[in-house]
Amino acid sequence: MVDLSTNCGGIKSPNPFWLASAPPTNSGYQVCKAFEAGWGGAVWKTIGAPVMNVVNRYAAIDYNGQKIIGLNNIELISDRSIEINLKEIAETKKLWPDRAVVASLMVESDRQTWHDIVKRTIDSGADGIELNYGCPHGMSERGMGSAVGQVPEYCSMITEWVTEVSTIPVIVKLTPNVTDIRYPGRAAKKGGADAISLINTINTIMGVNLDTFEIEPSRGGKGGHGGYAGPAVKPIALHMVSEIARDPEINLPISAIGGVSNWRDALEFILLGSTSVQVCTAAMHYGFRIIEDIIDGLTNWMEEKGFTSLEQVRGKALPNISSFGEMDLLYKAVAHIDEKKCIQCNLCYIACEDTAHQCIDLLPKNGKKQPTVREADCVGCRLCYIVCPVENCITMIQKENSGTPKTWNELVQELPQPMTLEDLRKFQHEHGIEIH
Amino acid sequence: MNNVAPKLSNEEYEANFAELHPPFTSPAATAEANRCLYCFDSPCMKACPTHIDVSTFIKKITTGNMKGSAKTILSSNWIALTCAKACPVNVLCEGACVYNAKGEEPIQIGRLQRYVVDWYVEKGMPPLFTPAPKNGKSVGIIGAGPSGLACAAELALMGYDVVIYEAREIPGGLDTHGIAPYKMKQQDSLNEVKMVQKLGVVIRTGIRIGSTMSIEELEKKHDAIFLGVGLQSATRLKIPGEELNGVTDALTFIEKVTTRKWNSVDVGKRVAVIGAGNTAIDAATEAKRLGAEKVIMIYRRSEKEMPAYKFEFELAKKDGVEFQFLTVPKNILGSKSPLGNGKVEAIECLKVELGEPDNEGRRKPKPIPGSEFQIPVDMVITSVGENIDETFLARIPNLKTQNGVVVVNSETLQATNPKYFAGGDCISGGKEVVNAAADGKRAAHGIDSFIFSSGKRAD
Repeated sequence: MVDLSTNCGGIKSPNPFWLASAPPTNSGYQVCKAFEAGWGGAVWKTIGAPVMNVVNRYAAIDYNGQKIIGLNNIELISDRSIEINLKEIAETKKLWPDRAVVASLMVESDRQTWHDIVKRTIDSGADGIELNYGCPHGMSERGMGSAVGQVPEYCSMITEWVTEVSTIPVIVKLTPNVTDIRYPGRAAKKGGADAISLINTINTIMGVNLDTFEIEPSRGGKGGHGGYAGPAVKPIALHMVSEIARDPEINLPISAIGGVSNWRDALEFILLGSTSVQVCTAAMHYGFRIIEDIIDGLTNWMEEKGFTSLEQVRGKALPNISSFGEMDLLYKAVAHIDEKKCIQCNLCYIACEDTAHQCIDLLPKNGKKQPTVREADCVGCRLCYIVCPVENCITMIQKENSGTPKTWNELVQELPQPMTLEDLRKFQHEHGIEIH
Repeated sequence: MNNVAPKLSNEEYEANFAELHPPFTSPAATAEANRCLYCFDSPCMKACPTHIDVSTFIKKITTGNMKGSAKTILSSNWIALTCAKACPVNVLCEGACVYNAKGEEPIQIGRLQRYVVDWYVEKGMPPLFTPAPKNGKSVGIIGAGPSGLACAAELALMGYDVVIYEAREIPGGLDTHGIAPYKMKQQDSLNEVKMVQKLGVVIRTGIRIGSTMSIEELEKKHDAIFLGVGLQSATRLKIPGEELNGVTDALTFIEKVTTRKWNSVDVGKRVAVIGAGNTAIDAATEAKRLGAEKVIMIYRRSEKEMPAYKFEFELAKKDGVEFQFLTVPKNILGSKSPLGNGKVEAIECLKVELGEPDNEGRRKPKPIPGSEFQIPVDMVITSVGENIDETFLARIPNLKTQNGVVVVNSETLQATNPKYFAGGDCISGGKEVVNAAADGKRAAHGIDSFIFSSGKRAD
């Protein structure tokens, strides 16, 4: 029997899947409907400072006929009053006591203001607080959101203001619009956070209208940057989550966010150390019902693999993250084209010929031209594998290593320093590697 | 004709002749275009007789460069709209698509090409090419069908004065008069004609060379002449009763249908179609869609040997057309009338068996003696091939025909009289529109090298 129950920094939920703080969690009506569908938790749309929105809040990137590869928004925090939001949080929590209801907060950088809203939030019965240090548009210009997340000192200061009065768990939500995510992460830890959530949206301009030269989407002729989310940001989020997960100075539970559309995406984040996983864009595209397959798919996978709890899965991929200096330079693989599967689209050929290492030939065969790898010249770059449209047609075949594994870090120790190209060539030559 | 099938309502006609392959919506075209793998050295391009750079025009759809896409298509094929709609794509470009090897549906190249050319027509066919300066030479073209139009367009771009002489009042040849309306509309062909006219080509309709204008006068006017005369007369069955009222040949019948004045086309309640080529299938399905209750195709060989494409055969079967294989017509029976031709009442047939393969490898049908049987019908449509107009062609000096086609050099398409070039059905005996389009273009280059290399010799 698979148990998906989760405890993220003291916030418990029957499964790790929470709706992220965003338009889908704007009201008690929506959050209750989501819980009905099966979501384990919801981070309420950020409440706090008074705001006023504009129209045309969203823009999306469609790719090759696929809608919403990436979604950009400039919607601000909740434009409903703090009172109404807290009242609905209280009602929702009463109706759904087993689900995680987390209040997302954002107020001006004033200790007393923060104290007040934290206390009112605790009174509502919310299971936890998420501090929105991520919003990159509208609020940041007013010194809130990512304006806080981008300065570690502010991060830890405001977190301290919150944790010094909070009796419930505090999650700090980070902005990805920084050069090194670990610094704001460490600041959150220093401020006493119980968990970290990331990533918030990425600063983007979504497009330029080629007829009017306006920025897409245009609001009466004016446009600008917004926050980018959706499937396109997942690899960025995976990296940032892993950075936080691996940082020995942080060591906090993670609630991962960023392009999670299905159970596979969610599981990748869990394998990189996340405790809970938050979803927004996919729900905005298809509705709350997507939770059914997210739970079903993950459960089936765990059953198939023989896991019974998420604890057995969490962070399992982290040890495989390495640095370049620790990879085996002598690990050898070459591309192999399965002629039976090959459809002669020749995309591998032209990719290799024009943009890689010119080691695929088109050889006449049965009246057609058969792309064939010249193994001796193949550097194993894997571009052909990437472009091949046929499943399992091109594979990277592992070749016998010419010698014991050798990493760059080891090589640096062994060769005279500073390393010369001649010495490096000698090493390569000894191991049968020729650079053309 | 006996037992004319009752006329249908306009709605019924429109439904029966609705396009088999409706146009793509813009998002559907983009999605389909994005499915294209953009193969390098793609097999679809090689499979097209006009070698349209298919993957390039499709890629341009995905980038929204419709003008560039149209130019890519038209630079290879001037008859691109007809081809997009009437080409047997599953034996040409789509049949060569690598997706077939992948076990998946090929890219719908025909529909994508139509999407682009439709766009171009809707935009009012803005100029895509800059014609070369006038070179002072003139070419006369006989026949405004696909080969003539393609030849004319190509020559016009090279700087020639080009005049097409068309015997009919409406240009376009079989593209206008011979394509089933559920494949394309007559207007599509006329738009294509307009496209060629916009390049400066003059089309003189109602001029039959050899009668309205003499061959000598034509030769005097032009430095070279292209014969795009197609096939002129339907092969006769040479059986008794062919003169009866209710007997017609397929092309005559199909031409009436292309006018889209469907309620003016009489069709029998019970129709026999003789032959099993693609034209025969068109005639059979059109008869059925006009309201015939029963349509039987009579073919002397078996299903395996039938010349029609498999998809055409499937279409006819889907329309409820019946097939009488291994059968030859012996006699068309009709009522006797003292006032003229009687009316078709039945067709008498013989069963046949297949004997030894002939020199083309097709098994020769041998009638089985005593196997006569009758099928009661009201109409007989014959579709056993068409022939070149030998009488007209014989009047051109030194122009050789052989095996029912005009003899040409396969590279230049120059005929045995060096001033003449030929293409399309009159050199192939009847192929696809796309082959005619390719011929016309090839002949244009043949003409160009003939005029300018022989001109140089004269200097």
